[in-house]
Amino acid sequence: MRYLPLADTDRQEMLRTIGAKSIDDLFVDVPEAARLSGKIEGLADHASEMSVERQMGAMARQNMVAGEVPFFLGAGAYKHHVPASVDHIIQRGEFLTSYTPYQPEIAQGTLQVLFEFQTQVARLYGCDVANASMYDGSTACWEAITMARRVTKRGKAILSGGLHPHYVSLAQTMARFTGDRLDVALPELTAETDAERLLASIDGETSCVVVQYPDILGRITDLTPIAEKAHANGALLIAVVTEPVALGAIEAPGHMGADIVVGEGQSIGVGLNFGGPYVGLFACKEKFVRQMPGRLCGETVDAEGKRGFVLTLSTREQHIRREKATSNICTNSGLCALAFSIHMTLLGERGLRDLAVLNHARAVLAAERLAKVPGVELVNDTFFNEFTLKLPKEARPAVRALADKGILGGVSLGRLYPEAEALENGLVVAVTEVVTDEDIEALASALQEVLA
Amino acid sequence: MSINASGWKPEMGSGEGMEVQTFTGNRALMLEEPLIFEMDEAGGCGVDIAPAPKVTSRLGGLERKRDIGIPGLSEPQTVRHYTRLSRQNYAIDLGLFPLGSCTMKHNPRLNEKMARLPGFADIHPLQPIDTVQGALKVIADLGEWLVKLTGMHSVAMSPKAGAHGELCGLLAIRSALEARGDAREVILVPESAHGTNPATAAFCGYRVENIPATERGRVDLAALKARLGPDVAGVMITNPNTCGLFEPDMIEISKAVHEAGGLVYCDGANFNAIVGRVRPGDLGIDAMHINLHKTFSTPHGGGGPGSGPVVFSEALTPFAPLPFVEKQGDRYVLIEEETAEEHHGRTFGRMTAFHGQMGMFTRALTYILSHGADGLRQVSEDAVLNANYILRSLDDVLDAPFGNSGPCMHEALFSDKDFGGGLSTLDVAKGLIDEGFHPMTMYFPLVVHGAMLIEPTETESKAALDQFIGALRSVAERAKAGDASLKAAPIYAPRRRLDETLAARKPVLAWKEPTQGVAAE
Ligand SMILES: Cc1ncc(COP(=O)(O)O)c(C=O)c1O
Repeated sequence: MRYLPLADTDRQEMLRTIGAKSIDDLFVDVPEAARLSGKIEGLADHASEMSVERQMGAMARQNMVAGEVPFFLGAGAYKHHVPASVDHIIQRGEFLTSYTPYQPEIAQGTLQVLFEFQTQVARLYGCDVANASMYDGSTACWEAITMARRVTKRGKAILSGGLHPHYVSLAQTMARFTGDRLDVALPELTAETDAERLLASIDGETSCVVVQYPDILGRITDLTPIAEKAHANGALLIAVVTEPVALGAIEAPGHMGADIVVGEGQSIGVGLNFGGPYVGLFACKEKFVRQMPGRLCGETVDAEGKRGFVLTLSTREQHIRREKATSNICTNSGLCALAFSIHMTLLGERGLRDLAVLNHARAVLAAERLAKVPGVELVNDTFFNEFTLKLPKEARPAVRALADKGILGGVSLGRLYPEAEALENGLVVAVTEVVTDEDIEALASALQEVLA
Repeated sequence: MSINASGWKPEMGSGEGMEVQTFTGNRALMLEEPLIFEMDEAGGCGVDIAPAPKVTSRLGGLERKRDIGIPGLSEPQTVRHYTRLSRQNYAIDLGLFPLGSCTMKHNPRLNEKMARLPGFADIHPLQPIDTVQGALKVIADLGEWLVKLTGMHSVAMSPKAGAHGELCGLLAIRSALEARGDAREVILVPESAHGTNPATAAFCGYRVENIPATERGRVDLAALKARLGPDVAGVMITNPNTCGLFEPDMIEISKAVHEAGGLVYCDGANFNAIVGRVRPGDLGIDAMHINLHKTFSTPHGGGGPGSGPVVFSEALTPFAPLPFVEKQGDRYVLIEEETAEEHHGRTFGRMTAFHGQMGMFTRALTYILSHGADGLRQVSEDAVLNANYILRSLDDVLDAPFGNSGPCMHEALFSDKDFGGGLSTLDVAKGLIDEGFHPMTMYFPLVVHGAMLIEPTETESKAALDQFIGALRSVAERAKAGDASLKAAPIYAPRRRLDETLAARKPVLAWKEPTQGVAAE
């Protein structure tokens, strides 16, 4: 077996050192009844690289690859071009095959990257501090809600109808067990977000208001009035960003008064990967730092006075605080955070702005073209690189029919909100820099045929 | 002197070293590297972006009005920055990484290659399911092997790491108890448990109580039985446990918990010690997470990502989370919120957006197919053999608190007993760094004073083990002799010991321009 270096002679010699007759002697603590004598049913013996590659390749070929077709899916995961050097660097063994930096003297590479990552995220979000990553945007969102509960000592969270339905669903799952109260609503197929509802619902029991920016239908609202009302009532504003590229073009939530900003970092540096692994971003105001979940990297000096970095404020964390920890997270998304950070370094201020401007421009062109398809209406007034179309009929079968024509045309609201009949004609369309004029034309004409 | 008392070393010349202050602060291949923020490349950029067509803005007047404040670098500068940083890291690719409980085994590169096939890496989680049949098959196949390897009934694939898997298991337990109208509020956790266990129990609303260990490092069955009662929802037991020992009473523990109306969660972080030889399902447990980033060698990546699928007993299966993949005829379907009603009405719901860590699934499945039934069994055997070899090669110089109670499983545990001159486990760990090794896990589990938990894994050769044993023996002897120079270790690492107290007292968590402070809000 190519991954196992011990030879049988080694094994015999080692058993002699140990003073055991056979390997079975080392498993004496396992009760007889629990020893597996036979092999795992149906599992073949070890296989060569070539043979495994064939088996895996056969499965890979049964999927429609985003990069090979006109592609318009978003709704929390976006297809962007990732520079080749990103994947090269993250495959360096010193990054790929290292652990959480528990021994800082021999992990300065990872630690400095985390310090740079935290700074990039904090600045992108307009916050003071960011942590070293969460699993993904959805889990970061729930962690933010629990953090607001700890900060305000209140248990009612108001969730915008524009929050990604999976994020809402996860919060509902958790709230059932933690006793948090959630005020939720479905989105409406209109140009306006539910900012009015949010403003009307904030009261003295509210721990936080959770608003996605841009929202699930692609709409963008000014968060300032919501932040003001929340703060006047002693509540926090949590902003959720599922498309970080947008922040190259629009105001950062932290600059509009958000207390905690969380989101998905997948767009930058991390591919689509069928939904994971991704990277949860988590940032907040400095005064809340001791209530944050997850790992934090901080600057310090070594015994010679040289600058270095360590994991810090770990008295918040499970390995020290156990049942009193701010979160149970341990392993996070280190390598995806590295990918995010490298891509961000390659972009820089100018690149991110240019990329955002390009995304927006292509989305505007696409929206204008698609709104000309007979029967199709553009729902949004505002959007960044994603908008919602109202089709003259149910969107879900239309998406399937488009796929049959080799076009991945968007995410139907029927897929996201299977129970909401009022939303079933909605189609969410994302248009990033990878979408060409030909792709837009292909979608427009295929959509026309499918709707005819 | 036997090989493991000396280890391999090159011929040592007698040339004299001389400390020279270099202009750069570099020391030949040891290169210092500034932060990207200090590289002063205003307007630098490492990507070429096509000019945007002119359009009327739809941003609703919310255009960003100020700079973000992030530096950009060209591609060569970027590659060099990260390459230089990478060289300040220890890694499995460089040497033995015996971090107990973390299972730092070799990461096969075929797994990386397979995860990057466009058919897996470049597909969107919300594509129509007929366009992702191969991806769903990967999830279903991997799930099936996990079920068979553990002898359990079903599997939830969506948890994102071990701790998320624990959450998944406990939510299922709570749902099952609530479904029979039996709200219980206590979870029992051994003192030796990993911190995520009590943290998870608290995260989903349980009160945590500790159960003591015996002198042999196992769960105290009598104490456990005495505590069971109508308020106990269940236990969280790690098996093999965090002392690196198999819990021989596991079947009886499960039975006692079930008789008292509770359920059994098993922390499967150490499944790598028994894979192919023991099926946890045969031990009577109800739920267990599997860290794919441990047993099935998906890379740790400097802290993640991981993946923590949870296998369930028949009793807990109806409560498993959404979504999951099901084979219907020759087609794979995804059971999500909408279809759950008819098939899976008692699910506790969704724990994450989308369907879990697909990139880890392809790697883990590649690993399983590569090893096959014989290889997986060999994995656990060699992992256990290597750990016992370390235990028995060092128990004359280091105190092995449970050394008398028989063989260990995949990791060897020592304490700091007999260290002289005020030296501690930390000093030994730092001494190992100078010897060119990543240290073992320190001060965990909490039940052993100055714990040193050593997990070599099966992907180490005997020569590598011998060299490590030689190095640790040498450092341990220095510690016992009270050699004060160990306090200064490491001296050859990119940094000397770092001031963690300073870091925590005055936290600097983001870079700020040295002269004027960054606008905070
Ligand atoms: C025994 C044990 N339980 C649970 C965990 C948590 O797993 P994860 O880090 O994947 O969340 C770990 C590892 O970190 C562990 O060693």
